[in-house]
Amino acid sequence: MAGTEVLGRVTWRSGKVVALLDETSSARTIAIVVPDWPGHVAGQHIDVRLTAPDGYSAVRSYSIASAPSMDQRIEITVERLEDGEVSPYLTQEVAIGDELDLRGPIGRWFVWHIDQSEPIQLIAGGSGIVPLMAMIRSRLASKSNARFRLLYSVREPAATFYKDELQAISNRGESVILTYAFTRITPKDWPRPASRIDAALVSESIWPSHLSPTCYVCGPTSFVEHVTGLLIAAGTDRKRIRTERFGSTGEHI
Amino acid sequence: MAIISRGFAGRRSAGEVKLPPGQYLTTDFPVLSAGPSPRISLDRWEFTIDDGTNVMQRWDWNSFRDLPRETINVDLHCVTRWSKLGTSWEGISLDTLLANVKTDLSFAMFHSYGDYTTNLPLKDLLNEQAWIAFKYDGTDLAPEHGGPARLLVPHLYLWKSAKWVKGMTLMQHDKPGFWEGLGYHIYGDPWREQRYSEE
Repeated sequence: MAGTEVLGRVTWRSGKVVALLDETSSARTIAIVVPDWPGHVAGQHIDVRLTAPDGYSAVRSYSIASAPSMDQRIEITVERLEDGEVSPYLTQEVAIGDELDLRGPIGRWFVWHIDQSEPIQLIAGGSGIVPLMAMIRSRLASKSNARFRLLYSVREPAATFYKDELQAISNRGESVILTYAFTRITPKDWPRPASRIDAALVSESIWPSHLSPTCYVCGPTSFVEHVTGLLIAAGTDRKRIRTERFGSTGEHI
Repeated sequence: MAIISRGFAGRRSAGEVKLPPGQYLTTDFPVLSAGPSPRISLDRWEFTIDDGTNVMQRWDWNSFRDLPRETINVDLHCVTRWSKLGTSWEGISLDTLLANVKTDLSFAMFHSYGDYTTNLPLKDLLNEQAWIAFKYDGTDLAPEHGGPARLLVPHLYLWKSAKWVKGMTLMQHDKPGFWEGLGYHIYGDPWREQRYSEE
């Protein structure tokens, strides 16, 4: 896989949209079959290019949500930004059968390889779940025995991506331990009031630092700043924390 | 040959604004960092220039801030495709920092608190092209944007403008820093769209 991460990444390819699934009222998963797809590693992203009839084009990056597989099919999940240029098109206009220009996979830092055996701590804020879901799916699709925990901060139950799949994974037992933090609205009878992730939740829901977990934190900048501060305060080695930030500095999940 | 995206009109940049290829305008200030933002206390902060063997220059926070400062108004271009125009900074020019450094070496590796590195040709750091900035928009630089002080090299993609800088090592030959070793372009000129190493 190491070679394919580099070679051919910058070549534009054409993919065909084969399935669409609404994850929430504002986020949609798009499954794309890409002939000659070189394969990817969980955590990587693709560039998607839209082109208007007069030749004007716009490119944005989207994390791959699906596990690496042999069938040349990848999935991205796109959250619609109200003032966005590309995301409204991808979440509202794209239809099954459409062709999309894309290139990738891109990124060799915020990735999880199936030969990583240490405990893995995933922390997602909002749509930051997408590359982390690729890691969970990659873990479950491989023979890996790595122990995973996911702390998923989301505004309200209705804003949860991959809800049924995460529930099924959680029900299956010990391979991925799942904790939700609801920041605005909780499910009925939820034991913890709606609030952002705090030190207490971190201490009870992450791998203890003596296990030397590798941590992947993905979300809006303010979320990542907040959570990485809590992780370091809880004793996590800062060198074992990898981050991916998106959106504005003021956004709050 | 690009596929025409049925029903896509796009949102053109207003007016005569000229952006590097593949960039879009933002008024926000997004952040791209590989790990947690380090917190650096000013009484332990320093910036050094060395040649790999000897330290040639060293400043602590007070002596650094006593150097002649400049106001810098520049456009920023991030490899993740946003561009932000007319940003305002205060900092020390690399011309000032390198004024008393005599060297035949042609490249520099910047080092940051938090272990980030990035490489640049020395010629891209001279002649009013690069600064170590400590204020953004009139206020002290926030940690997530690289405070206490960051490199600012606005004519290259913003990952070259290393946050949390603590020193630079002069080198005879160019070699990749952190992102450059992970597939990003060794030089990173936005106007030539040098995003990835094969471009």
